[in-house]
Amino acid sequence: MRMDGVGKVFAGEVTALSDMNLTLAEGEFVSLLGPSGCGKSTALRLIAGLMQPTTGKVSWQGRHDTGDLGVVFQEPTLMPWATVEKNVWLPLRLRGEKLDAMRPRIREALDMVGLGKFANAYPRELSGGMKMRVSIARALVTQPRLILMDEPFAALDEITRNRMNDDLLALRGRLGCTVIFVTHSVFESVYLSDRIVVMAPRPGRVAEEVTVTAANRDQDFRTSADYAGLCRAVSAALSRATGDT
Amino acid sequence: MTEARTQIPDAEEIARLRRARAEKTGRWLMPLLTIALALAIWDRIVVWNEIPHYILPGPGLVARTLVEDWAILGPATWVTLKIAMMALVVAVIGGVSLAVLFSLSRWAEMSFYPFAVILQVTPVVAIAPLIFIYVENRTIGLLLCAWIVAFFPILSNTSLGLRSVDRNLADLYRIYGASRWQRLIHLQLPSALPYFLGGLRIAGGLSLIGAVVAEYVAGTAGIGTGLAFRILEAGYRLNIPRMFAALVLIAVLGVLIFAVLSLISHLALRHWHESALKKES
Repeated sequence: MRMDGVGKVFAGEVTALSDMNLTLAEGEFVSLLGPSGCGKSTALRLIAGLMQPTTGKVSWQGRHDTGDLGVVFQEPTLMPWATVEKNVWLPLRLRGEKLDAMRPRIREALDMVGLGKFANAYPRELSGGMKMRVSIARALVTQPRLILMDEPFAALDEITRNRMNDDLLALRGRLGCTVIFVTHSVFESVYLSDRIVVMAPRPGRVAEEVTVTAANRDQDFRTSADYAGLCRAVSAALSRATGDT
Repeated sequence: MTEARTQIPDAEEIARLRRARAEKTGRWLMPLLTIALALAIWDRIVVWNEIPHYILPGPGLVARTLVEDWAILGPATWVTLKIAMMALVVAVIGGVSLAVLFSLSRWAEMSFYPFAVILQVTPVVAIAPLIFIYVENRTIGLLLCAWIVAFFPILSNTSLGLRSVDRNLADLYRIYGASRWQRLIHLQLPSALPYFLGGLRIAGGLSLIGAVVAEYVAGTAGIGTGLAFRILEAGYRLNIPRMFAALVLIAVLGVLIFAVLSLISHLALRHWHESALKKES
């Protein structure tokens, strides 16, 4: 997946994004980090194909069908009238797959996020963290090659959020899919990503990139000096990005 | 709640539970008591003031009339109920399909919505005489009148519901390549369901009002047999007890329609919609 000189101008001459270049390697975890108004969500919508860029080109060679892309929004975005199982079924259902035939796959996706027992629950019966897990299971059920996540854990409390981060890392280690993760949390981005793209606002653009190398991402990494140093570096990059406008 | 069962709840909790229980019985008991009281006062006023029955009959006489005249009032109730229900069904079909059409085509909405509003704001009593001139069949005329009154809340509520789709869900459907049809069936219609059911409850009452009003306008021309016709007829004959009895039947019908539609709404939404959830402590 690559973006070449991608820009987006909205009516009223608001430049949401200008000249963004981004190339993703297979299996890479990239965070888009920046303050609000820096165009990270616009970038995500362009990649998802929900918008066309004003300038430049978004290309993705590996994409063959709709199932190659999974999306997780900031809100769980579940259908309240459908059970967990039927919510996860949605991407498959829209391709014409029957529920009975798909049950093992849905079950597998739910097991991956630890919700195997909740297939017949309704979303309202679940906690915020569990709803988010359903949302992730729905993104995983098509076995996507690229997953877009738009501040998925921003609304969760910190304890839940840390657990979700660990679970996400474990899942990704197992599935090896490429992830683009939008966040405004420095700590989260350092903990999760291989590469952090720091973005600047007005107009939205890429300011700097920070590469993260860590052997193991676990509790030790979170308390290590490396981690603290990286967080400092990313914070500095972020203040440069927001300060020079 | 499970905590309360395994441990001894404190005084405040006990008081709260007792209040909740009292409220539960009160919800049934209080209306029954006030109605019984109102009937008793009515009865005493009539007896103590020796009001003749052709001016104000007592509740006992009305009840007796209800039983004695059942051969006339029963079929009339059935006729009125049938008209109201048929009008409601047609209103649902018409209202929902028009709402779907509007959601599919902005142009259709812009073009036809004004007509719906005009039809709604014009009192049915004013339109009905014209309808009975142009429409030969009396039943169809009545149906048309009741429909005009009942269909607008369904149309406007369903339209609102079809537009109230979660934006992110709509994006998700686009990303997964949903067709227009899939979006309508799997996303828009379920989103609109609570709104539709709200409209349905209003329309249920309105369809009865429409049926009764239309029958008044249609008057005694032809072979009228609905409740409104019976009220008119009893009025000409100064049969006041029968007028009251028919009035009671209309009120009971209205309450029944509302109760049934509320039940339907509850059953349809109980698993997921806020309005149907039990209050949690």
